[in-house]
Amino acid sequence: MKYLYLVVLPLLIFSACKENKKVSAPLPSDSIFNLSSTWKNQNGESLQLKDLQNKTLVVVMIYTSCKSACPILVSKMKNIESKISRKDIDKISLVLISIDPKTDTPERLKEFARNNAMDAAQWTFLTSSEEATQEFANVLSMKYKKISPIEFSHSNIISVFSPDGQLVSQEEGNIDIEKVVSTVTKTVKEAQ
Amino acid sequence: MRIKAIIPYWYVLLILVSFSCNELKRKTEENNTQSEQTRPDTLIQTPVTVKMVYIPGGEYKPFYGSDSVLVKVHPFLIDERAVTNSEFLQFVTLNPQWRKSNIKKIFSDSTYLKNWPSDLSLPPTANPDAPVCYVSWFAAKAFAHAAGKRLPALDEWEFIAMSDEVSPNARSKRNYSDAIIDLYLKKNRQYNPVKQAKPNYWGVYNMFDLIWEWTDDFNSILSTNDSRAGQYDDKNLFCAGNATSATDILNYAAFMRFAMRTSLKANYTVANLGFRCAKDTIPIKQTR
Repeated sequence: MKYLYLVVLPLLIFSACKENKKVSAPLPSDSIFNLSSTWKNQNGESLQLKDLQNKTLVVVMIYTSCKSACPILVSKMKNIESKISRKDIDKISLVLISIDPKTDTPERLKEFARNNAMDAAQWTFLTSSEEATQEFANVLSMKYKKISPIEFSHSNIISVFSPDGQLVSQEEGNIDIEKVVSTVTKTVKEAQ
Repeated sequence: MRIKAIIPYWYVLLILVSFSCNELKRKTEENNTQSEQTRPDTLIQTPVTVKMVYIPGGEYKPFYGSDSVLVKVHPFLIDERAVTNSEFLQFVTLNPQWRKSNIKKIFSDSTYLKNWPSDLSLPPTANPDAPVCYVSWFAAKAFAHAAGKRLPALDEWEFIAMSDEVSPNARSKRNYSDAIIDLYLKKNRQYNPVKQAKPNYWGVYNMFDLIWEWTDDFNSILSTNDSRAGQYDDKNLFCAGNATSATDILNYAAFMRFAMRTSLKANYTVANLGFRCAKDTIPIKQTR
């Protein structure tokens, strides 16, 4: 009994080592976590995309004052979220990125999240500079254009990323929710 | 007695484990600092000596758009010519993360600087003063940043493109588009050095005769998959579908440029696609 700590201690250190190994795996070269832009979430916290690491990501770009396509996209995201198994929910992050950083401040995103019942932990809203937004849109191959002071035209894309930031799939246009859900479930499973 | 003999064994193991753990940690930290260094935002300024031309801007009618609303182009500065092979070589020499063996896949497809035999050598047959091609939008943007500039906006580029050698807006001239098409049809023109042809009205060279050029917001043309049309609509993929919303359907040269731009993704690299840089007339920092 006296020597129990001699057994336990190395085991603890071993497990700490293991943990360390997991984090230290280098990012894939095509990972979105290579982007160095700084973002703010709905709580006003500064972060980089790599802070979203280790969860399967479902990503969409929208803007909160949108009256046409975005509400549909938002409801699709909610629909996807509701269809993901509750046991997987802490392994995913649903990310809504604003294409209208001037209007969509963290406060506004927070309000939007609350009004749309998207304030649980799995929801992340992000806003940044116009430059970072454009860069990220280009990573998603998404097209968008400001067509008036309050209106944007943009393509509808929901993208799924693996926990190390690699693009798994993109659904464009008339998005098939079931397909996204099954991709997410598969990605979560593979990451385990 | 027996247990006492075991103690040193455990201790040796403990020391070994913690040592290897430390080693691992150290390596991780090394990796981290390395990736810190190769981050694209930490660019080494690349000195570029190219004359920039002042463009006063003004209102212009974009080639694209269902409504023929005039777009205001603010005054800006534009490189008189495209970025050359030798300039890009200097850029990658100073910024190793943008060399062909180091570039992150997210920033470029597999044909980045395809014709370069190695990281720091131009193709033996290439003219150092010919425009650099096989560069992605990300790489072009990084170069522009390193030069203290930016990529021109699509509207800025097209504003300059309206001119011929003698007038700022030659669009209504009968042979304006045809003359450009003739240039577009020449093969292997990207291998020629810059500034060999005559400059246009503004003093800008090679808008049409050498390469296609990246613009900052090339991704803003929503001709094929505009969500507003409802669903992803195949009929929009046909050329005629676009022609109806073009404001100047006789300008076939502009049509070709827009078709080219809509076909691009930011990580694409193409044999005859390069870029030139632009700059605000007032320092960017003050406008923010």
